[in-house]
Amino acid sequence: MTLLLIEQILNGLQLGVMLFLMAAGLTLVFGVMGLINLAHGSLFMVGAFAAAFIANLTGSYLLALIASAVVAAFAGILIEVLVIRRLYTRDHLDQVLATFALILIFSEGTRMIFGSFPLYLNIPDVLAGPISLPFGIEYPLFRLVLIVIGLAVAAGLYALITRTRIGIQIQAGESDREMISALGINISVLYTIVFALGAGLAGLAGALVGTLQSVEVGMGEPVLITAFVVIVIGGIGSIQGALLGAILVGLVQTLGAYLLPIWSVALLGSQDVGSILSSMLIYILMALILLVKPKGLLGSAA
Amino acid sequence: MTERNFTILIWFLLLAFVLFANQIGEIYWITLATRAAIFAIAGIGLNLALGNGGMISFGHAAYFGLGGYAVGILATHAQNYTPIYDGLFLLEGTQSMLITWSLAVLLGGLAALVIGLLCLRTDGAYFIMITLAFGQMFYYFAITWNAYGGEDGMSIYVRGGFPGVNTLAPMPFFLLSFAVLTVVLLVIRMVNNSPFGLALNAVPHSPARVETVGISTKNLKLIAFVISGMITALAGALFADLNRYVSPAMFSWTISGEIMIFVILGGVARLIGPVVGAIVFVALEEILGGLSEFWHIYLGLLLLIIVLFAKGGVTGALVKKRSVADV
Repeated sequence: MTLLLIEQILNGLQLGVMLFLMAAGLTLVFGVMGLINLAHGSLFMVGAFAAAFIANLTGSYLLALIASAVVAAFAGILIEVLVIRRLYTRDHLDQVLATFALILIFSEGTRMIFGSFPLYLNIPDVLAGPISLPFGIEYPLFRLVLIVIGLAVAAGLYALITRTRIGIQIQAGESDREMISALGINISVLYTIVFALGAGLAGLAGALVGTLQSVEVGMGEPVLITAFVVIVIGGIGSIQGALLGAILVGLVQTLGAYLLPIWSVALLGSQDVGSILSSMLIYILMALILLVKPKGLLGSAA
Repeated sequence: MTERNFTILIWFLLLAFVLFANQIGEIYWITLATRAAIFAIAGIGLNLALGNGGMISFGHAAYFGLGGYAVGILATHAQNYTPIYDGLFLLEGTQSMLITWSLAVLLGGLAALVIGLLCLRTDGAYFIMITLAFGQMFYYFAITWNAYGGEDGMSIYVRGGFPGVNTLAPMPFFLLSFAVLTVVLLVIRMVNNSPFGLALNAVPHSPARVETVGISTKNLKLIAFVISGMITALAGALFADLNRYVSPAMFSWTISGEIMIFVILGGVARLIGPVVGAIVFVALEEILGGLSEFWHIYLGLLLLIIVLFAKGGVTGALVKKRSVADV
């Protein structure tokens, strides 16, 4: 029981860091450009398909991962220059509609190229199989690697934003857009970089999650919506909030799906109520946090 | 053309199209028109929140699905002769549309009240994301609710009944749906011209002024949101009766997006906008869908062009100028 619980906590952590990869881009783009981007889930999908295609072609998982981030980043640059750029000054309704239109275009476009059947990305042999952790826990190595990659990206992102020139500009962009363009920084290039960065992270997440599940059209939107829950909980625009929210949602989701049916059987004799409740748990969490802190745990006044 | 004349023209054209289809025996066209009329009702519901109240809800599939499930659940119990609740009192299923639709509207209103109370604590981007998230919650709820079909949904063997109408035939069912659409249009027109509607219209443009004259914008928005949810739930109930099938897909976020498309294609905050939008959508679905399996890509491109270059939708392009007074 305890061992299983620890395994579930690790699973929750793994889900959390993957959600963070998605949420980080969303929250950065919102924080810096004030844009709500529904097509972020499409970039997740693009990354997964790019990885599956390259893995099939070359047989190298590492190349596949690199391709996922690079292709998604380029797809991000493409839509930023063609469409998204025109939306920064528009209201949220236009942003929602235009990025919803992009989802339709990306999804159907991908279906045209790759067909409706799911593709599979295999876990590379070196990362396959379980690993022994202290206290006699056997845990899939690949999932552990996901946790490590996620935490490494989080640390890298933190360093990028606090220690580098571009990061300082991003921070400045979040607090005062007009001032930083007045200071002679090419804001338009900065926007494209931020968007590409978010897109690359989403693409990487798509490839990693796609390895655990399958790579198919429409895989991005459920993750996107969960990532929205994450940034609403953490506070929109806050990277730390996104990390906190992601880990919280990952743990609540995973532990709820594990524990609630068990408790439900013990109390009611059937797992139905527990399953239904666990599928709604993160939304209930979001509702509770909204009641207490409408701007999220770490959100400042928008 | 004035907006009022345009509204009457569209109403008349939809009816004339179906009468013509009935004359030449194109039953399928009647079903398409029924679909458009039902989508129009859903869009009118969203339009009250989105267009008039400025509340960008990306979660209206929740109410659409609840309306459908109200009909589906009552019908399932009725056709299996199993009571819904048998304890202190006996509660049985039914296929009477008067009851199933009323329950749908009630459920939609209740859900909109709870979600509205939560979501209206925030605004802007938060509002969009939270409505989207709650919509998804209902989707997962329906999928895991195995007692009512889980992922498979529920089939309704025989369409529900309405006093004095043979709902089983396409033409009477269209006329019934069209009558509901007409009533909803009249109600919305009444709301728009009432003090409540006028104040609501002012909310997105100058909330401070509305507050200054002593009206609570929050209450206005909440009431509008609840009415909006009720109307969209009614559309969901009709949709369930039309298809004689309900499934979690009715709760899917794509439905929320499509309801929004009806509003945008037709023209935001206009009485007839969602009707035009729904007709255009169903026509596109039929024509483009016939040409290509991947018709959503063209829908996406069209939507993108409208958002980037043609604000105001079809109604905006055809009607002289925007004025609520001459509706």
